This record gives sequence, C-alpha cells and structure tokens, in this order.
Amino acid sequence: MATDAPKKLLEPFFWTLFSAGGVVAALLMPVHIFLFGLAFPLDWIRGLSHTRALALIEHPLVRIYLFVFCSLPLFHWAHRFRYTLYDGLQIKHLNEVITVFCYGGAIIGTALAGYLLLSIP
Amino acid sequence: MAETIQLEVTRYSPEHDAAPAFQRFEVPYRKDWVVLDALNYIKDKLDGSLSYRWSCRMGICGSCGMMVNGEPRLTCATFLSPYTPDAVRVEPLRYFPVVRDLVIEMTDFMVKLQRVKPWIIRKEEKSIADGEYLQTPQQLDVYKQFSMCINCMLCYAACPVYGLDPLFTGPAAIALAQRYNIDSRDQGAKERLDILSQHEGIWACTFVGECTEVCPKHVDPAGAIQQYKLTAAKEWFKSLLMPWGAK
Amino acid sequence: MTPQETKGATQYTTYHPRWYRTRVSTYWWLGKWCYLKFVLRELSSIFVAYFVVITLLQIHSVSRGPEAYARFEERMWNPLMIALDAISFLFVLFHTITWFNLAPRAMVVRLGGKRVPEILIAGSNYVAWLVISASVAWFILR
Repeated sequence: MATDAPKKLLEPFFWTLFSAGGVVAALLMPVHIFLFGLAFPLDWIRGLSHTRALALIEHPLVRIYLFVFCSLPLFHWAHRFRYTLYDGLQIKHLNEVITVFCYGGAIIGTALAGYLLLSIP
Repeated sequence: MAETIQLEVTRYSPEHDAAPAFQRFEVPYRKDWVVLDALNYIKDKLDGSLSYRWSCRMGICGSCGMMVNGEPRLTCATFLSPYTPDAVRVEPLRYFPVVRDLVIEMTDFMVKLQRVKPWIIRKEEKSIADGEYLQTPQQLDVYKQFSMCINCMLCYAACPVYGLDPLFTGPAAIALAQRYNIDSRDQGAKERLDILSQHEGIWACTFVGECTEVCPKHVDPAGAIQQYKLTAAKEWFKSLLMPWGAK
Repeated sequence: MTPQETKGATQYTTYHPRWYRTRVSTYWWLGKWCYLKFVLRELSSIFVAYFVVITLLQIHSVSRGPEAYARFEERMWNPLMIALDAISFLFVLFHTITWFNLAPRAMVVRLGGKRVPEILIAGSNYVAWLVISASVAWFILR
C-alpha cells in the first residue's frame, strides 16, 4: 500500500541511458571489436599506422563519436549489471553498494573518456 | 499403445507434513485426456483427498494453472499424449506459497492486481443520458491483446524476478494496467503511472520474456511492460523539462 | 480473515494453515535453457564494458605518441587478448541479435491503424546495423 506519496525515482533516467547504450552497443560495437580486436591484430586487414590513427581521432566529430561510443555503453553495462547482481546473486540487500559501484563506474568512465578525448594533441 | 500412465503429484498436508512430497498414481491413458482429466480420475477413483483448483476445463477461467514437468501450464489444456510413456510430474504453481497439495495462495496476486486499478478511470463520468463512450475498431485493436488475460498466473510462475522478489508487481498486473492505460476511454494513466513507476513496479522487470512464452492467451505481458517503461521514461523527461505542464 | 500486508510481506493470521514456501536457489538460472540464455544475454554487458575500456586505452596510447601506440598494438597481438576479443565479439554479437529481435516488442509502430509486423521493425534494425557497420569500416580503412 503506497500510503506515502510516490517518490520521484531516477530509475527512468538510467533506463533511458541503458536503452540508448544498448542501441549504440548493438550498432557499433561488433564492427569495432572485429576490426580492432581481431582483424588488425591477426593481420587479416592491414592495421592503422600511428599517423593515420592520430589523424582520425583528432577530428572533432570523431571525438564526439568516440565519446558517445565509450559513454553510453558504459551506462548500458551499469544498469544491466546492477540487475544481474540483484537477480543472479540475490544480493539485493547490498543495494546501495551495487548502485554506487555500477553507475559510479559508468560516470568515472564517461569522465575519463571526456578527459582523454579533450587532451588529444 | 500404453494402457496407463504414471502421474507424480505433489502432496502437502499442513496438518501432517513439514514439507511437500511426491505421490505416484497410475491412471488410464486415453489419447484425448488432458492432465486435468487424470487428476479428476485420481480424485474420483484413487484418492479423494487430493486438492486442486479447476473449473471451466476449457482454458478460459484460469483456475487450473500448475507446473507440469517443470513448465507452468493450464492442466485443462495440456494433453497427456506428448509425455507418455514417461511419468508426468504435477506440482503446484511455482513462486507461490503452497496451501495444500496443488493449491497455492494467490492473495498476493489479487492485492497487486487491485493496486494497479484495472478499470476505466474517468476525470468526469458522462451522464447516462449522454450515451456510451464510443470506440472505433482501431482503438479497440490497440489494447485488445492485453485484455485477453484470464488471470491464470502462469506468467508469475515463469517470472524469475517475481520468484526472487515477492514485492514485484508482476507481469499480469502490469499488462492489465497497460491495457487500461492505452484504452481510449480511460483517463487514469497518470494515476497508474504514479503507482507503477516504482522500484517494484515496472522497473524491476529485466525482460526475461518467459511470461510471454507461457501465456496461454498470447497476451505478451513482456511487451506490455517494455511499452510501459517507454511511456514512463517519456513522462519522466516531460515532467523534468516541462514541470509546469498539467496532465 | 485475510492475510494482512505489512511492508509488502504477507503475514499469518490465526485461522489459515501453515503455507509452504520454496526458497529460490541461487542457481535458478541453470535450471532452464531459456533462463541460461537470459543470463548470458545480461552478462554480455560485461564484455561491452570491457571493450570500452580497451578503446579508452587505445585512445590514450594514440595520444601519447608512436612508441606508446606500438606498445599498445603489441599487447593486442597477445594470444590471450585475441582470445578475449574473440569471446567479446561473440557476446556482443549475441547482444546485437537479441536486442534487435526484442526491440519490436517495446516499440509498437502503427501505420494507418494497423500494427507494423515485428519482422519489419527487427529487419530494419539489422539493415541499419549493416549499413552503419559498413560506413564505419569504410571510414576507418579508407
């Protein structure tokens, strides 16, 4: 019985980030992992030289792209992993710790991405 | 062709037993029998103390939901033929407290169902003289699928989140709330949103999707919940960016 | 007398029998294939986060200069890393497929009063995925 007024949760906000991150991860991650994780290291395709790589990430639009690519999937992980811990390990009583760990991790990752992308020479 | 089939049925008598145990019965095998027929045979001829719920025996009342070989099924809609010659295990509906034998305690569901206000809510009712609330076939089509729910609770037995968190509102209740939210005659969406947009409302759902798989009426509660999440998220952003907007 | 609700948990009254409650095992997700598939889908998010970390390291190494970049590349050649990347690729692919297949259930699109068939919505997601992947690959490799 909700006798007290329903409080405004942040849940819809994090769910939206989770969804957006899920879309970004679904659309962009496979090709990135294929190229940078498999094709280049295994020499199926010739890898990027440093000059070429630097030229690519210098571009402001590419920086924005990479920021989105790094930030949103982290929030996707945060939300999903939080619920996996609740349901998988049944440790709901550690609620606050889990929430801080997950979303805090995503926020730190986002801040790190912002810093790295801003400090490209 | 087998003449008989074995049924392994949960027995639990709170006066005598500390925990449920299985009892085996041998019932005649008929090609056209369902599990409910076998249970009725047991009660009529073998052991009259077996307790279970059933009513219409045609898949519309929602009373006879039980676990058949680990799957939530309506026993009136589950034929014996796919299982023969192996034994068929019949257990009470999962994730609910067992009252006796195959009977479960469903008050939790009834409370949650009532909480979501599954009825038409109007800010102002029309007077009888003004006539009915009209609805086009297209408007009916929007919510019809969700209105097919027979409250059989098979979706609750399939939902691991409900099993892990008894406070979770659950698939059927949320699907029925959504059925009224998207009904063109209803004006209570905001009221239901305040109730359901809580941790144990729609947000505890992680879209496992099993509820939709087991639903005998193809209601797709999982889809209803995800649609509801989308609506709730939109409302949240709207209220954040336009707090002055009255609804 | 009906059981009363206090803080969400139902309490016993004098008149009804002792219910039996089964405790849900920690390994509930191993019991059924569909549950296992669900948990694997959820765990794919870990590999998503892992590759974001790799990407951040990669950006950092590019910024630091050719030697740092060469050292990063060398670490990516490590067979353990490649194995991990291969597994990540499979899990992220699993995420993509399950995500697109489930998307139509959450987003109902109605055109002219009738609901657009789910396969069209899922299909258009796949097409967008292929187009975007090809564009990204072309942009990186040209």
